[in-house]
Amino acid sequence: MTTSSAIEVQQLRRVYKLRGPKRKDAPRELVALESVDLEVKRGELFGLLGPNGAGKTTIIKILATLLLPTSGIARVEGLDVTQHVQAVRERISMVSGGETSGFGLLTIEENLWMFARFYGLDNATARQRIDALLKIVGIYERRTAKISDLSTGLRQKMNFIRGFISDPRVVFLDEPTLGLDVTAAREVRGFVKQWMSDHPERALLLTSHYMSEIDELCDRVAIVDTGKVLACDTPAALKKRLQREAVFQLKVSPIGPRPNREAMIEAVPGVRQVTVTEQDGYSELNLILEAEDALGGVLSHLNGRGSGLIALEKREPTLEDVFISIVGRRLDQDTTQREENGA
Amino acid sequence: MMQLQPVERQTGWRLFWNTIWARAYPRLIGTFRERSWFFFEALLPVLSTVSYIYVYQAINAPEDYIGFVVIGGSMAAFWLNVLWSMGSQLYWDKDDGNLQLFVLSPAPLMAILLGMAIGGVIMTLSRALVIFVVCSLLFQVEYQTGSLWLLVIVFVVTMAALYGMGMMFSSVFLAAGREVWHFANLLQEPIYLVSGFMFPVKALGFWVASAASLIPLTLGLDAMRQLLFTSDPTIGFLPVGVEILILCVLAVFFIAGAAWMLAKLEEIGRRDGRLIERRR
Repeated sequence: MTTSSAIEVQQLRRVYKLRGPKRKDAPRELVALESVDLEVKRGELFGLLGPNGAGKTTIIKILATLLLPTSGIARVEGLDVTQHVQAVRERISMVSGGETSGFGLLTIEENLWMFARFYGLDNATARQRIDALLKIVGIYERRTAKISDLSTGLRQKMNFIRGFISDPRVVFLDEPTLGLDVTAAREVRGFVKQWMSDHPERALLLTSHYMSEIDELCDRVAIVDTGKVLACDTPAALKKRLQREAVFQLKVSPIGPRPNREAMIEAVPGVRQVTVTEQDGYSELNLILEAEDALGGVLSHLNGRGSGLIALEKREPTLEDVFISIVGRRLDQDTTQREENGA
Repeated sequence: MMQLQPVERQTGWRLFWNTIWARAYPRLIGTFRERSWFFFEALLPVLSTVSYIYVYQAINAPEDYIGFVVIGGSMAAFWLNVLWSMGSQLYWDKDDGNLQLFVLSPAPLMAILLGMAIGGVIMTLSRALVIFVVCSLLFQVEYQTGSLWLLVIVFVVTMAALYGMGMMFSSVFLAAGREVWHFANLLQEPIYLVSGFMFPVKALGFWVASAASLIPLTLGLDAMRQLLFTSDPTIGFLPVGVEILILCVLAVFFIAGAAWMLAKLEEIGRRDGRLIERRR
């Protein structure tokens, strides 16, 4: 294939039929993807950012040939994932966060050997590659540990090796650092960066809840919500969109858990977006203002509600601010559980 | 970072063959790693086999009947393996997240199923041998070993047909989802009865025995008993040659059926998203 795209997605739509007993008026279908268009070029580390139920995992499962789209086109290395299933499978691999794959009574190296054989590696190559990857990821000394005895971090490192053992051309990483401690997550990110730099003709599609992870790793990011791509650009370009606006972080005495408090603050002239998080003894406000002079109105509003200013910081926009400005809520403020049934 | 070399990948029959042995490996290695099987899957079944032997001794049944029970008790290990391990394995694989990794690899799913089956046969052979040897020694059972090759052929085709059926169960059980336990429970005891594990199946009459012959163990057991015990030549349900032929047909039918069902199940699974849903 001569295409420069590693992944192409055009007008991709996926609707799930809902099963099980339900009320008469309850919906019978769930639209996981409305109409998604994406292109990931070779050599690109591309991020999908969105809350639970946004459709990220559905996109990956369709590209990984585990799920058929309801309509639209999805190609991996120019191959249609619905038509050239075997050829696509020879080119891809996938690692998901919190994976419990493998067989508990096998050791790390035996488990990896089994999967290497499923990908067509001969015995000698499989063993050579397993040893090399175990050393790279830093768990060579634990290679004879049984899977059932592994910690979450070790298990995820093993999953990572499994994902890269077959020398894939396109890798899907679905929340790969979910549940990992800070050190393990950093090591995993380091491995991903290095692999991309060593294989500039390959591509990697990453989904994550962690803004900083996406910001640190990805060449381009698509912000996905309710089955639609709302924005797609480099992290820097996305953040630049907010640079005309003023981003503030305020610590104020507790505002209290009143309903619609964000909406009330948003009603203050000049306020574009606001999120409020209750902390121990204070409320933290992240504000995106059309201009700095709108801040006075916000402080007056808070004062009127009996909330005094503790600290104020003007800061550069982050990817999280971009997400809030586009989606209208924080990433961790999920309202749906659309992915529960595999979506 | 250490530079990784690009790899050459095997495809076609080499991939198929290597997948079989890679998937069989966890089952084979389990025999050495989880030795509790010796007590739970070999010595405990000896007790139920022995209880039937005492019944036959108490009613002064012909000496060969003790041997019939020993053979039946040993072969029951394969039936339990097919039902509880082989049949439900894909369901558990889905629940553990293994199934989607199997599916998205280039390995043929049929090779993965065959690997499960071959691993299951070899693993269960150790259990069956323990039951066979312990009971044979305890009750000093005498076997006629004149047709050893024929006996091996009967055993091999019985295993092919039985595990072919197990491969078909895998797809059925995967589609059935949580009802898998009910299916397995439903099948376990009735098949103990109609397959003649503890008595010659001929005793059930022609029509019941014919219907029971759809379960490969029925004819396999009957043929083995005819080959190992010759004191009563009328004990067999059908001639051994005919039973081997039927077992061959059953093996082809079940394995082809398993391949068809697996392909169908993958298609439905991709359409409905059932390959990726997890219940936990």
